[in-house]
Amino acid sequence: MSKGDGARQPATANRSSARDEGRRKPPDTEFVQLLTPDGSRVEHPDYDVDFTDDELRGLYRDLVIVRKLDAEATALQRQGELGIWASLLGQEAAQVGSGRALRKQDMAFPTYREHGVLYCRGIDPIMPLGLFRGVDQGGWDPNQHKFNMYTIVIGAQTLHATGYAMGIAMDGKVGSDDGEAVIAYFGDGATSQGDVNEAFVWASVFNSPVVFFCQNNQYAISEPLERQTRVPLYQRAAGFGFPGVRVDGNDVLACYAVTRKALDDARHGQGPTLIEAYTYRMGAHTTSDDPTRYRIASEVEAWQAKDPIKRLRSYLERTHAADDTFFGALEDEAAREAGALRERVLSMPNPDPLEMFDHVYPTGSPEIDEQRETFARYLETFAGGH
Amino acid sequence: MATLTLGKAINEGLRKALEDDAKVLIMGEDVGKLGGVFRITDGLQKDFGEERVIDTPLAESGIIGTAIGLAIRGYRPVCEIQFDGFVYPAYDQIVSQVAKMHYRSRGKLRLPIVIRIPFGGGIGAVEHHSESPEAYFAHTAGLKVVACSNPADAYSMIQQAIATDDPVVFFEPKRRYWEKGEVDTSVAHSEAYPLFASRVVRRGNDVTVAAYGPMVKTALDAATAAAEEGRQLEVIDLRSLSPLDLGPVFESVRRTGRLVVVHEAARAGGLGGEVAARVTEECFYSLEAPVLRVTGFDIPYPAARVEEEFLPDLDRVLDAVDRSFGW
Ligand SMILES: Cc1ncc(C[n+]2csc(CCOP(=O)(O)OP(=O)(O)O)c2C)c(N)n1
Repeated sequence: MSKGDGARQPATANRSSARDEGRRKPPDTEFVQLLTPDGSRVEHPDYDVDFTDDELRGLYRDLVIVRKLDAEATALQRQGELGIWASLLGQEAAQVGSGRALRKQDMAFPTYREHGVLYCRGIDPIMPLGLFRGVDQGGWDPNQHKFNMYTIVIGAQTLHATGYAMGIAMDGKVGSDDGEAVIAYFGDGATSQGDVNEAFVWASVFNSPVVFFCQNNQYAISEPLERQTRVPLYQRAAGFGFPGVRVDGNDVLACYAVTRKALDDARHGQGPTLIEAYTYRMGAHTTSDDPTRYRIASEVEAWQAKDPIKRLRSYLERTHAADDTFFGALEDEAAREAGALRERVLSMPNPDPLEMFDHVYPTGSPEIDEQRETFARYLETFAGGH
Repeated sequence: MATLTLGKAINEGLRKALEDDAKVLIMGEDVGKLGGVFRITDGLQKDFGEERVIDTPLAESGIIGTAIGLAIRGYRPVCEIQFDGFVYPAYDQIVSQVAKMHYRSRGKLRLPIVIRIPFGGGIGAVEHHSESPEAYFAHTAGLKVVACSNPADAYSMIQQAIATDDPVVFFEPKRRYWEKGEVDTSVAHSEAYPLFASRVVRRGNDVTVAAYGPMVKTALDAATAAAEEGRQLEVIDLRSLSPLDLGPVFESVRRTGRLVVVHEAARAGGLGGEVAARVTEECFYSLEAPVLRVTGFDIPYPAARVEEEFLPDLDRVLDAVDRSFGW
């Protein structure tokens, strides 16, 4: 199995490159790719997909809409309608591929950037925008959506995902096709955190049905990958005792195939897998960031040639699976969805200040009740128009 | 004299410390090439090199834990925690290790580590970026805890914190990073106002207001407003939260008979309670009213669009002053 083989590869990182921050190593040749940057289908001995044209168009549609909604959110932030936005630009294939690989019963634990996964779960894209607008801190029910709240504290959610997976095993919900699995998202920077390494230990010794999906977008804010690791990240899995695989993170087909397999292994009781989706953060870390301070334009341009959407479009065109009518209609649809999202963001009400006292404890607290009442009386002193 | 923002004043103070002592190191996430997310370390890696201004892997426990080892080895690490809410992965290293090693070694080991933390709210940020965790550290014996409030103090206090052999948790009022003030960079830090000392920043005889960090400006604004109504607030910048330097507060309260303590952190278990208790012990017969606290509520830091209501502001300080007089 290539996953195991991959995990046994020797470390190939060039030690002297650790400080050479401008230079990026090309991906290892063994990484899983099914669709090349120019849109050619290639074979892989262990992974394959067999999508109908309709399904391929569906994936393409996801990619386009996810990118469009993301661009709309960036624009909303620029116009002061969101406090901040963490764009997924460039990472659409990793998110759509893995997101579509999830089965209905599977549970996802995102970071703050998994808007594309959320979309593929069939969740209303407005759901996380309250957090970024500053009107709430999530506010959704993770169990209802099978999608945990966004986690900003780097790496923390990998442990939550592992614990959830342990619960699945305790409930006897592994070992069959309708077994459940969990996916934990995190970045390359997060792999340095203790929490993430502890999650690997727990998942391994308890053989938990969890897939660790690392989007290696090459940067943790300004810090390049070399500041976090000297071995390819997927190879770390070997030391913890489970398979690791590196996939072309800009290839939606490969991301789908690899994630599907890892999730199915997990649900069948075969334990965790680490997937390293090798990709690139095309935009700023967030709208607060200025990447020109730490990376050069030519690096970004080189990754533009590997764009996840362009390559699927080339493939669809080459195989006549989609025509201009389809692409045109999709553009209109994406614009409509973005426009609708914008309207709904603009009409999000500001919270009532007194709501901040709600839900601190499930069983309440007399002290907080007292503070709420005192504050309400205080606010009333302004109502009279002093 | 130079006019500097508070952020730039810290930057200049760090630069001076790097120049003065070759053992001083700066370490943290994005502090090198980027110059920190608030640009507090801007230009330092360029001028002092990657060996001394170190972009660390993304792990706070690692930052503090390795700083301990470097300090044992004779270095003076200045660690940046990117935001208040991200110090907790390092909490174990700070509370169980940094705070205790001098004591455990019966004085043989010193850990001259500075842990810089931008703290507090008011910048419209998402969760974990606006917290005020100072009480967790002030409660821990073995750590000294300070908070600067203005550019001149920021410049000298950061140098003094680096120069002292005590481990110092250094809180920076992030929403005041862009506020300007006069800084005399020709004054050596050893000649500047002492680090672990509070200071009266505005004189007044009617009521004492004690604050620190971002709330000092709020208290001063309240004093200006109160003066228009004929009330003279004496404002004290506590500066050092552990140890507390309450002498000036006692002296003031004996004159005014009234005290309001202001902080953004929650009321429960906060420093306001400690100040109130000690003032009650020392100045009981001088008090005309109970010591009042103006603080954040005992809730998680709320969503940005209600933070203005959450945070103590001028009106809430004046309201407390009124209540003190209404007693
Ligand atoms: C514990 C913690 N420390 C620091 C931060 C500040 N921070 C936010 S995102 C980030 C970089 C994350 O990089 P990576 O894990 O690669 O994910 P990416 O944002 O690139 O998707 C940092 C340092 C944080 N959110 N949590």
